[in-house]
Amino acid sequence: MRRRVRPGIALVTLVLGGCSIQNYQSIYGNAAAEAQQFNALFIIFLVICAIMYVLVIGFLIAGIVRRSRAEPANVVEDGRHHETNPLLRPGLIGWGALIGTGLVALAIASFFADRSMANAAAHEKLAIDITANQWWWDVTYNSADVSKSLRTANELHLPVGVPVRIRLHSNDVIHSFWVPSLAGKQDLIPGRDNDITIMPTKVGIYRGQCAEFCGTQHAKMALVVNVDSYGDFIKWWRHQLQDAPTPTTPLAMSGYQYVTTHQCSLCHNIAGTPASATVGPDLTHLASRRSIAAGALPMSKGNLYGWVEDPQSIKPGAKMPTIGLEPKELHAVVAYLETLK
Amino acid sequence: MIPVRFTDDVADLPTHKFGPSSLTWWGIISFMIVEGAFFMLAFAAYFFLMGHEQGWPPEARKAPDLLAGTLFTIVILLSEIVNTSIKKAVHERDIPAVRRLMGVMVAIGVILLIIRGFEFNSLNVRWTDDAYSSIIWALLLLHTTHILTDWFDTLVLWALIQTRLGYEGRRQVDVDENCLYWRYVWLLWIPVYLMIYWIPRL
Amino acid sequence: MTDAVRRSNALKSRRAAEAERRDIEEDDKRLAAERKKIARDGPKLTGAKLEARLLRTWQRPPGIIGWLATVDHKEIGRRYIITALSFLALAGVLALLMRTQLARPDNNMIGASRYNELFTMHGSTMMFLFAVPVMEGVGVFIIPLMLGTRSTAFPRLNAFSYFMYLFGGLLLWGAFALNIGPDIGWFAYTPLSGPQFSPGKRADIWAQMITFTEVAAISAAIVIVATILKARAPGMTLARMPLFAWTMLVVGIMVMLAMPAVALASSMLISDRLVGTHFYNAYEHGDALLWQHLFWFFGHPEVYIIFLPATGFMSTMVETFSRRPIFAYPIVVLALISTGILAFGLWVHHMFATGLPRVGYSFYTAASMTVAIPTGLQIFCWLATMWDGRPRFQVPMLYVVAFIVTFVIGGLSGVIIASVPLDLQLHDTYFIVAHFHYVLIGGAVFPLLGVLTFWYPKMTGRMMDEALGKISFWMVFLGFQLAFFPMHFSGLLGMPRRVYTYPAGLGLELPNLLSSIGAFVVGAAVLLFVINGIKSLYIGALAPDDPWGGSTLEWATSSPPPPYNFAHVPVVESKTPMWDQQGEMPVITGLRVDEKETLLTTVVAAAPDLREPVPEPSLWPFIAAIAIGVVFITSIFSPWSLTIGLVPCAIALTAWFWPKEIKRNPEPVIT
Repeated sequence: MRRRVRPGIALVTLVLGGCSIQNYQSIYGNAAAEAQQFNALFIIFLVICAIMYVLVIGFLIAGIVRRSRAEPANVVEDGRHHETNPLLRPGLIGWGALIGTGLVALAIASFFADRSMANAAAHEKLAIDITANQWWWDVTYNSADVSKSLRTANELHLPVGVPVRIRLHSNDVIHSFWVPSLAGKQDLIPGRDNDITIMPTKVGIYRGQCAEFCGTQHAKMALVVNVDSYGDFIKWWRHQLQDAPTPTTPLAMSGYQYVTTHQCSLCHNIAGTPASATVGPDLTHLASRRSIAAGALPMSKGNLYGWVEDPQSIKPGAKMPTIGLEPKELHAVVAYLETLK
Repeated sequence: MIPVRFTDDVADLPTHKFGPSSLTWWGIISFMIVEGAFFMLAFAAYFFLMGHEQGWPPEARKAPDLLAGTLFTIVILLSEIVNTSIKKAVHERDIPAVRRLMGVMVAIGVILLIIRGFEFNSLNVRWTDDAYSSIIWALLLLHTTHILTDWFDTLVLWALIQTRLGYEGRRQVDVDENCLYWRYVWLLWIPVYLMIYWIPRL
Repeated sequence: MTDAVRRSNALKSRRAAEAERRDIEEDDKRLAAERKKIARDGPKLTGAKLEARLLRTWQRPPGIIGWLATVDHKEIGRRYIITALSFLALAGVLALLMRTQLARPDNNMIGASRYNELFTMHGSTMMFLFAVPVMEGVGVFIIPLMLGTRSTAFPRLNAFSYFMYLFGGLLLWGAFALNIGPDIGWFAYTPLSGPQFSPGKRADIWAQMITFTEVAAISAAIVIVATILKARAPGMTLARMPLFAWTMLVVGIMVMLAMPAVALASSMLISDRLVGTHFYNAYEHGDALLWQHLFWFFGHPEVYIIFLPATGFMSTMVETFSRRPIFAYPIVVLALISTGILAFGLWVHHMFATGLPRVGYSFYTAASMTVAIPTGLQIFCWLATMWDGRPRFQVPMLYVVAFIVTFVIGGLSGVIIASVPLDLQLHDTYFIVAHFHYVLIGGAVFPLLGVLTFWYPKMTGRMMDEALGKISFWMVFLGFQLAFFPMHFSGLLGMPRRVYTYPAGLGLELPNLLSSIGAFVVGAAVLLFVINGIKSLYIGALAPDDPWGGSTLEWATSSPPPPYNFAHVPVVESKTPMWDQQGEMPVITGLRVDEKETLLTTVVAAAPDLREPVPEPSLWPFIAAIAIGVVFITSIFSPWSLTIGLVPCAIALTAWFWPKEIKRNPEPVIT
């Protein structure tokens, strides 16, 4: 079903999406069991709705065409406006029955798809906690053994074929976790514990975005989801558990000095250094990420410079203040951050 | 203009009637529906918040003291006796009786408002304490607006009835509808009373 | 006090009562004699002489005082419509600004904060200041004419409701102009809109605008419902009432039940923000979801409050232009009533992503799908009427066709998002934006544009330009499709709502560009429609009483009608009186001509019941609206304004009802 379905909707979207059907932030990504179920159910709904629409338009056109008939009509000009064509009463009943049947069919299909999605990740093997903040994602992989727990920000790595349960919390307002290529969305609500289960089925890189208006920079609250092979996932996880590497060059050393003794350490944590605040995103392996500022910019040296120097010009209203670093300090800090692989 | 064909003559129809024939009766019913919806939703909010909690009040707070609220309830239920007497008197067009009894109603209203002041004092919580405190203050405040507006209505109508207009049919209909509305005011008080004073004690 | 004194006092009061009783009896005799001399309409007073007399009685004073004091439903209805269309234009300009910003990815023409204000103002204006008021405005204008009566019920309450609406709109837009406009979305979810995350007064201004417009809407609803139940022409049983009147009856009751939810929610929000309550604070046993439940309990019926009057417009236009009564009238009435009831059971479908129990969600999926059945049946009835009749495609009928083609797409996308698993992907994306614009513009604005063209002659006495009307029709219809159809795809390709920009490379460039172009086409079309409306006022063809050959009573009087609507109150004997009258209109006689008087009939059978005086023009509704408005606005800044403000409000409301002189008249007069 999937192989036939995808080219169909893909073709239609090709026309309207320009020549780029991306599958990293779209329902066409089909990279998890949930997304696949969605697409199958969506096609069923589209087909039945299209049939109903054709029937309505057909009836409309019939009415427009029929008006030019020669014989007298049931209208006030012909004195017959209190008469009614006998076909219409059974037509009404048939129409009502058709709508009712169609809706029942759709409701049943929807119910079964819902159950199926719930079952796909019924016995999760991996538990992750995401806490949403204005405007970034705090991600922790918890383990019974504390030394095996890791914290990162604005990114997820998931092993393919392994069902995962992500518990969703919010530190401030309501946000919504949404990675369209994988699954539907779920809100993160302060004072409430929600969760979402995902069963990824395709290796790749996907993008998610906050989908509940959460204030000024709601538009720039994205996250990157890497679905890795099991081996790659373990490699990533083991690497994340390590402390930040000690800087080797003098510039990076001086950057390390700055970061761990000035404003940066008031908000950020870099494992293995004195900077251990959890107000802001964890920076331990910052340089291994694909983007910064919750997806606002791709990771690059230039973007690091821009972000560290003046976050307010890239993401006005973000909680990270523009400090006003001296050029020497800026070079040093960026050099250090680049070592945090 | 289309030519007309004269049918019935309505010149002898009355200009006032008690009950659903009166246009203002429908106005009163509409207000009851609107205020009823408002209260029902406030009740729903109360139970919604309560449903989240293991205990109600949520933390170790004292439930409101019973004295002022229960006294209020007794007085307002007894006031229905005066209310029904006014309704009867106005249907019998006994205007001197209506004038006297409405004066009593005005006085009862003042007493109720005074007791209501004591009720606010005996809630044992401040509205800023938590959501439980906020919702019981809100319920009491909502009902107080109800009492206040109906009392003022009664006062104005009482003043008008003192004049010759007491003998006007339409003013008599106003009195009758005011009695109807008073019944609504104390009827709505009963669930509010239970929600403020008794449910926190369960 | 001694017994003797007590007995003496009792004797005095008995004598006083006796004296008064005799006085009143004398008075009664005098009044009865005067009653016999009152001039009334009938065979002896009819035609031009009657109309001149009625005009003198019913005309309001000229000038600004008269304008502020009018209680004429036609004037008030026109005001509502013009004000609502002005807000439509303002909100439309905001939409064009947003679409310009979104025409390109990573655009920095409009910054984040400003953009958030724009979509908040756009949504709030369209929903609270345009959609509901315009429906109520058309209702207030046309219902008494359709029902064959002289006035609405409670005309001063009607006048008051307009001023409250206007002041609410001025509050919101004044704040926006002063750069303290709200930026929390038209739905203002907590805790974002709460005291911690929205400091300042922006959110309070939004919440208080709600209070104004909700008071206005409820007041107008009471007026409309009471008019429909009590002021119909004799013989117009509920089963003979025009379908538009049925929609306004259902909608009026829905307003009375739904608006209090948003009023309660916004009052609780102001309270959290101003005096430190914790209704929405999860850390003090409150709940952020309480806001969503209360808001959507209002919000879902709200969209049916906007949609159902448009179905009434559809029935009116389909009947008139197909030249036959609507097929299966009882089914349409049942469909209206069941839609109105069902609408209250759907609200949780706006909350499918909040993590409530799944089994509860299934109920809301079923209910949300069920509501498609009555709407589908209504559509069949319109199409059947067209098929069985001989439709004429003048401009209003073009909008009827546009409704069918457009609204049904929106309705079907609604069936799609009624499914929980589908909604979890599509919720809060541009797919939803596409859906609700299809149902609101296709389902409400297109019929509105058609019906404004249809009733324009009745409102103004002139015809709109048919050729210009056809051009603006095609522009708005095609422009709408260009603007909103691609949004389905923007959503499927991953674009969330309420974003001031989107990154390049997601394939969103083309759909967004198309949407932006389409939006400007729609803007131009609306401008053309307005130009048509204004120019036709001055140079449009003069309209006869009945330019379209209509079936209902509004076409029995002149275009525009005189202040008293009908020289003689008509009697109705069928659903389509104008088509069944056989050349002569039956009328009742006996209403007075020297003071304003109308006839009330019984609720179901519409038998003549009471003669009801109609109030004279009065400034008190305007003054009361000012007093209450000042209290509402100052209460944003201090809760004490509620207690202090009670006094001027009480004075204004008392003066409103207090008679101008304490005098007994032969028949009641409301001064």
